[in-house]
Amino acid sequence: MVERHGDTRATIAPEMVAERLNEHLARAKGQRLDLSKDGLLAFEVTRDRLLEFFVALRDDESLQFKLPLDVTAVDRSGSEPRFEVVYHLYSILLKMRIRIKTRCTERDPVVPSAVAIYPGLEFHEREVFDFFGIRFEGHPDLRRILMPEEFEGFPLRKDYPVEGIEPERVYRMNGGVMMPRPQGAEPIDGARCDTP
Amino acid sequence: MSLKLLRDLPKGDLHSEIMTLNMGPQHPSTHGVLQVKLRLDGETVIDLDPVLGYLHRGKEKHSEHLSYWKCMPFMDRLDYLAPLQSEICYALAVEKLCGIEVPDRASAIRVAIAECMRLTAHLVWFGTSALEVGAVTPFFLAFREREDLFDLLDELTGLRTNQEYIRFGGVAADVQSDWARRLKEWADRFPKCVDEYELLLTGNRIWYDRSRGIGKLTADQALALGLTGPNLRASGVPHDLRKVEPYSGYEKYDFDIPVGTQGDVYDRYLVKLEEMRQSAKIISQAIGGLPEGEFIARDYRYVLPPKDKVFSSMEELIYQFKIVTDMRPPTGEVYQAIEAGKGELGIYVIADGGTNPYRLHFRAPSFVNMMALKPTCVGRPIADVVAIIGSIDFVMGECDR
Repeated sequence: MVERHGDTRATIAPEMVAERLNEHLARAKGQRLDLSKDGLLAFEVTRDRLLEFFVALRDDESLQFKLPLDVTAVDRSGSEPRFEVVYHLYSILLKMRIRIKTRCTERDPVVPSAVAIYPGLEFHEREVFDFFGIRFEGHPDLRRILMPEEFEGFPLRKDYPVEGIEPERVYRMNGGVMMPRPQGAEPIDGARCDTP
Repeated sequence: MSLKLLRDLPKGDLHSEIMTLNMGPQHPSTHGVLQVKLRLDGETVIDLDPVLGYLHRGKEKHSEHLSYWKCMPFMDRLDYLAPLQSEICYALAVEKLCGIEVPDRASAIRVAIAECMRLTAHLVWFGTSALEVGAVTPFFLAFREREDLFDLLDELTGLRTNQEYIRFGGVAADVQSDWARRLKEWADRFPKCVDEYELLLTGNRIWYDRSRGIGKLTADQALALGLTGPNLRASGVPHDLRKVEPYSGYEKYDFDIPVGTQGDVYDRYLVKLEEMRQSAKIISQAIGGLPEGEFIARDYRYVLPPKDKVFSSMEELIYQFKIVTDMRPPTGEVYQAIEAGKGELGIYVIADGGTNPYRLHFRAPSFVNMMALKPTCVGRPIADVVAIIGSIDFVMGECDR
């Protein structure tokens, strides 16, 4: 019922993998980034070409980057474009992980959603939206995920103070007693539960 | 007005509606503060929405405002059932960033400790997931062994949980030979305890009926959802980071990776039980063949000086102060992944040459596992939701961060 497996290592030549990756990268008009300290191959692709690059990596029989690991964002505040969205993908076949980056500006913080290609990125994209305010176009259910729904602002942006923003905006503390919400600070739709 | 009996009502007149039911955040079967909003048609789940964030503590934001050393206690509180595993992952990430060589002895201690953590976490999973479907005894047996292990860890690290034992470059204190002997004895004895657990559940008709064919995920589904660890292996994909990209010298130890075939609750159970036996085997090898040498690297740029000297010598005291408050790893970014008990735990650190991480991100396996709830539960009766939540295995501390 339960089988045991020993060591299974990649058998595909690294040159061939590099060649295939470069081919897809050229088609997506992306560029190779320098190796970082962890030695991961890293690419940068513009957001318009991101999804086709993902599809190519996933469906290429000799690459098979089928396991979506993670999406996160980095606020490069002060440089333009401001936000960097970072994807990590894994190929079980090649035993290899890669990093893909795309950028978007503060004015237009929109990146196409990869949920249709990798369903496992659904919560990660919601998290990036929650913390950075980057919208994923085409996401089936883009809501806040870890912060409360009535929360205002995007806490992982560098300009958001670590101690939070004026608490009386939402609640007014009075000698340690929680006062009712002030006028005009009603929770947004959907914050209430359907059942008591 | 007279009451009508149900049988007198014409067909199609029955009042029926879709019901929304909140499970949690205080529901005992939701391991901590998870709320699941269920939409029910009678007993059958037609939609499900996990509500996360009750335990969100903003670790990623806080880390950007603390020095590298001061982020370490956050790691304990990620997966609080296996605190040292997250510490090891963070330490490995920072070591890669700074280029610190970890001595062999420290790596072997880390491997033994990481496997102890896998066992303590799996024992909680084993006890509680059986408890949730009504089997009470496994819980007591699991906690019996967990208690023995905690006593040993307490002796080594000074604390039962949230130990803070890992240091950049090694571990906080050396292992005594007597302690190593006792841990090895425990690890050699442990597989017999797993046999005992199996006697209770594996052939148990009730357990089998509650778990076989429930919460099925095919290999392709599991991959697409980004599942890793035991959940992926139960679906038949032999992927384990300890084998495919060994860290801390896992390549030196002899162990097998159990892989399931069906990807249901029962297979996840079998895979994890076998993993516990294999972990005990690794502990026994690692702690039995502990190499001689230093337990922490002597790299004064990034590694804390010996504690006894800090208390007696001015130079070391200054170094300690400098490293804790003003350690500056070189610019770069590192994604470090380890095989944690619940799947791939990834820590992504971006250093900009300053004293604080520019960005510290956790790829938490519990968070990813949560996505598996919807495809496995929809279409099943509500009683199966409890069994599936138990088998998917998550910790809210890690999920909400």
